[in-house]
Amino acid sequence: MPADTEVPPVVEMTGVTIRFPGVLALDDVALTLRPGEVHSLMGENGAGKSTLIKALTGVYSIDAGTIRVAGADRVFETTADAQAAGISTVYQEVNLAPNLSVGENVMLGQEIRRAGTIDWKAVHRAAAEHLENLGQDIDTRSILSSHSIAVQQLVAISRAMVLDAKVLILDEPTSSLDRHEVEQLFTVIRTLRDRGVAILFVSHFLDQVYEISDRITVLRNGRLVGEYLARDLPRGQLVTKMIGRELDELAALATVSERIIDRTGAPVLKATNVGRRGVLEPADLDVYPGEVVGLAGLLGSGRTELVRLLYGADRADSGQIEMKGEPVKVTTPRHAIENRIAFSSENRREEGIIADLTVGENIVLGIQARRGALHKIPRGEQDAIVSEYIAALGVRPADPNQLAGNLSGGNQQKVLLGRWLATAPELIVLDEPTRGIDVGAKADIQRKVAELSAQGLAVIFISSELEEVLRLAQRVVVMRDRRRIGELDSSRTDLDGLIDYIADGGEGNAA
Amino acid sequence: MTTDMQTRPTAPGAERGIVARYNTFMSRRSSLMPTLAAVAILIILLVAAQVRFDRFLSPGNLSALLLDNAYLVVLAVGMTFVILTGGIDLSVGSVMAFTGILSASLLSQQLPAIIVIPVMLLGGAAIGLMIGVLVQYFNVQPFIASLAGLFLARGLAFVVSLSSIRVEDPAVLWLQRTRFAFGGWYITPTGLIALAVVAIAFYVLHWTRFGRTVYAIGGSEQSARLMGLKVARTKILVYVISGVCGGVAGLLLTAYSGAGYPRNGIGTELDAIAAVVIGGTLLAGGTGYVLGSLVGVLVYGTIKKLISFMGAEQSWTQIIIGFLLLVFIVVQRVIVTRSQRRT
Amino acid sequence: MKKVLRHRLFWPIAALVTLIVVNTIVRPQFIVVSVRDGQLYGVLIDILRTSAPLMLVALGMTVVIATRGIDLSVGAIMAVSGAVALTIIDASSDPGSIGTVLLALVVALGVSLALGAWNGLLVSVAGIQPIIATLVLMLAGRGVALLITDGFITTVNSAPYSFIATGYLLFLPVAFLIALAAIVVVALAERRTALGVLTEAVGINPQASRLAGVRSRGIVFGAYLASGLLAGIAGVLYSANIRAADANAAGQFIELYAILAVVLGGTSLMGGKFTIAGTVVGVLIIQTLDKTILFLGVPPAQSPVFFAVVVIVVVVLQSPRLHKWIRDLTSKRAPRANDSQPGTPVGTQNKVEVAS
Repeated sequence: MPADTEVPPVVEMTGVTIRFPGVLALDDVALTLRPGEVHSLMGENGAGKSTLIKALTGVYSIDAGTIRVAGADRVFETTADAQAAGISTVYQEVNLAPNLSVGENVMLGQEIRRAGTIDWKAVHRAAAEHLENLGQDIDTRSILSSHSIAVQQLVAISRAMVLDAKVLILDEPTSSLDRHEVEQLFTVIRTLRDRGVAILFVSHFLDQVYEISDRITVLRNGRLVGEYLARDLPRGQLVTKMIGRELDELAALATVSERIIDRTGAPVLKATNVGRRGVLEPADLDVYPGEVVGLAGLLGSGRTELVRLLYGADRADSGQIEMKGEPVKVTTPRHAIENRIAFSSENRREEGIIADLTVGENIVLGIQARRGALHKIPRGEQDAIVSEYIAALGVRPADPNQLAGNLSGGNQQKVLLGRWLATAPELIVLDEPTRGIDVGAKADIQRKVAELSAQGLAVIFISSELEEVLRLAQRVVVMRDRRRIGELDSSRTDLDGLIDYIADGGEGNAA
Repeated sequence: MTTDMQTRPTAPGAERGIVARYNTFMSRRSSLMPTLAAVAILIILLVAAQVRFDRFLSPGNLSALLLDNAYLVVLAVGMTFVILTGGIDLSVGSVMAFTGILSASLLSQQLPAIIVIPVMLLGGAAIGLMIGVLVQYFNVQPFIASLAGLFLARGLAFVVSLSSIRVEDPAVLWLQRTRFAFGGWYITPTGLIALAVVAIAFYVLHWTRFGRTVYAIGGSEQSARLMGLKVARTKILVYVISGVCGGVAGLLLTAYSGAGYPRNGIGTELDAIAAVVIGGTLLAGGTGYVLGSLVGVLVYGTIKKLISFMGAEQSWTQIIIGFLLLVFIVVQRVIVTRSQRRT
Repeated sequence: MKKVLRHRLFWPIAALVTLIVVNTIVRPQFIVVSVRDGQLYGVLIDILRTSAPLMLVALGMTVVIATRGIDLSVGAIMAVSGAVALTIIDASSDPGSIGTVLLALVVALGVSLALGAWNGLLVSVAGIQPIIATLVLMLAGRGVALLITDGFITTVNSAPYSFIATGYLLFLPVAFLIALAAIVVVALAERRTALGVLTEAVGINPQASRLAGVRSRGIVFGAYLASGLLAGIAGVLYSANIRAADANAAGQFIELYAILAVVLGGTSLMGGKFTIAGTVVGVLIIQTLDKTILFLGVPPAQSPVFFAVVVIVVVVLQSPRLHKWIRDLTSKRAPRANDSQPGTPVGTQNKVEVAS
């Protein structure tokens, strides 16, 4: 139940702006948290959610704007300051000590002592009391790590209550929980809400957001889109606000999605029932030569998880994969590469670019790795390949000896694309290749993908920008909450239709 | 309305007995397993030794087992603090030698023991402080920082004196020469000091906030920080503690051998690390018991004694300890991988 | 000019040159090299000769560190290698024959290679932390060496064997030539083949390398293999020099000096990009410093104090906190209390992951 607007808000952030070198992370953003309310913060990757939360918890300092807690202006210089102001956070990885007991974790730092000596009986008694207040009956002497993440989260929440939190921030709390555990968590959240705690709930699971929230704030590209009552905002509208419409610069490429694909032969890749417990429900996927298959869905819907299983970056527990009709085993990236699959990870910095190596070294890494350490690709051949791809992809600066870590995001993506294309794959998986890069580079990459597929390369393309997906793909496979829910023919769908499908369509939609 | 959150649902009746108690024990005390394994190994060793050599388990021999290795007990206690936070201290052997020769030198200049002993401890603390500051404030890896401590202490030991110095001070010699005997058992003040160090460490680690912070840092330093614990201070202090233990060990060794010798303790830090690991402390930090380290030292001492009883070369001791260390590490690794796969 | 200053070898070479210059000012005969009987003599030549064992070990250590690892067992491997070689020579009927010496060398180096493989297996296959994995051999290795020599310091009188350490070839000490050969071989192996780049990739970003299809396991294994072999050669040199197998003293502390040399040369302990040339300069700096300390009349046993100071100065200079202090001092803008790069939270070293 949304709070009575007569009650003063416990947190008021106004005009919050945060600048990082080259990036305006937050631009004049406002957030209001009211006691006794569950408030969800929504937005896609890069929207600014995490930056805003870090500003509220004292991790970042703000360049402009004010933060008021319980009516008083506050400046948070450390996380301890925020905690002292009554703001507690339960992070995704449950920041507690896994090797200590449940009771100890609840009371850590606040242990009851007599002349410096800890009174363990009293500690466990107090911890048990706090847990009981949330309706939990856990053996406080058991080690934290012997419990599931769901239970550990509840311990973390209890700890927040020991610290007398007025605001509880829950950051992606349900990512590792099953249905039953989610319900228990929600029961606890409602208990706290009824006691007057203001709860900030961050999650990308739409169903859950609607189940638990009273209010929703939407961010996009570092700006505030608006604050709404959950009951007044239909899902389709929410998704539209999160994703937004962007200028379509590449209308000329619209014909790509209308290309007729010959699906009579064997598909380049056919995955059946590929899944991994706790990560992805078994799903099917197939791609034909020259086809671009788009994977669409919100953050956390399972797109990346699926392609990682196809590439062997993670190990699948179920299903099988066939390449051109022949069953193959793909459990490590080397297997995938041998089968001529290429994978460009969405996490360019940690899983793609080798920052301290040069552009040239990064580009030839794939083919060099395949050839083995002992057979160095001759200098001349290397230079030829490198300059070919620098030119073809428009890498700027066009200097093969520049350190890859110094390039802009867009150019790094081009370098990665070069690395993979140099291995002459038959199937290439591009996970968010245009995320966080400038418009010019985006256009270059999309054009290249269209060109390659016209030449017969099979492509799996993941992007949160749905116009892009509709523009380049012939088919769009839609995923939600870690399951494949359906497939659309892109030449017969428009953006609104795709958005609706993502929000409500397919099997398992919550009416 | 209480929600039953126990991870194992209790079936009616049948499970309530032994199985349930075992489950509770494991969920509370699984970190004890490596230490219990060490105790088991010690018992097996002692029993095997008794079977092979009748007089092995005599009270005299067992007393000597503790007293001959008293210095290592103290070093292992200090090392336990450091390893619990996920660090390592390679300087302890050199600190022991440095403080030892320093004390011998000061005593030979007629300074009274009551001044010399605190100076020793301060010397050890100073080197520990240096290491702690390097680790905490300058982000130097503990390995390198304690390496610098090792170099420094070893060099300083030789600066104090290039050769050994005999100790004639009656107070210091009293520590080793006096025996409190009961039955065939005996203990010297040095042994009492070692046991006292163990007892104090036990109390600190299990009953003070500082000790619990040590464990928390080992469990997850980032979490400890986010929980508002005084991480920086604690991390520096554990190295200071290790340094002070080095000083105490220096005292014990000087009393034991009646002299200070700058070449003492070369490689002893490795023996201390081995004893701590064998005693059940994980090198990754966060799990371990100081009593386990005591057991680890006793295992080390027993192996050494066994080998001398067997008339074999002392070098076998090092080989066997190395082998034991390997086994423990591999087992630790298997346990860790298995628990990682579960989550 | 800026390019020269920024070159990563600048500071190490500058340090070395400074040391040499300071020494020469104090003692002009420092840089004097004389020729006698077709052999070069002089303090500089001596440095080249005595630096050989450390040079070999440091080369291996560089490659291991590049893979984000470390090898603490090199001293122990040296001891074992020397013990094996000398035992064979001692037990043979003709210790002075070249055949015997060759046999001793082959077996000793074979054993060293096997020990390196042992380390490699523990790290790359069993996935054990390198510090721990090599600690085992560091402990046990010396015991094994002592066993091989029965606890005695075996001495031999074998001209060909001693030649390795004290002989001359083409005006230069054989020991130095061996080290030089090793430098050339390692440099060629790393830079002429793709080994160097792939090793760096593995050290810089293991996940990205894995996804790119790099055979990380083989590369890591090979690094420890090389380290073991090089330590074995160093062990032979050491024992040939003293004509004895001293299992306790052989290679004592050498792992520490090797790590110091690598760090001085500019390779980061965090792994990734490495420089053979830097390590070479680092070794020469250490040997020159050692000689300097000797000439200052300081007893060799006290030299570790100087090296401690060097270690501390080097790591403090490399530490991010110092860079931050300097940045804050020289920047005009008042530093924000929790000023940090995006993604680096206040007061914590690790990232706090919050969903974006």
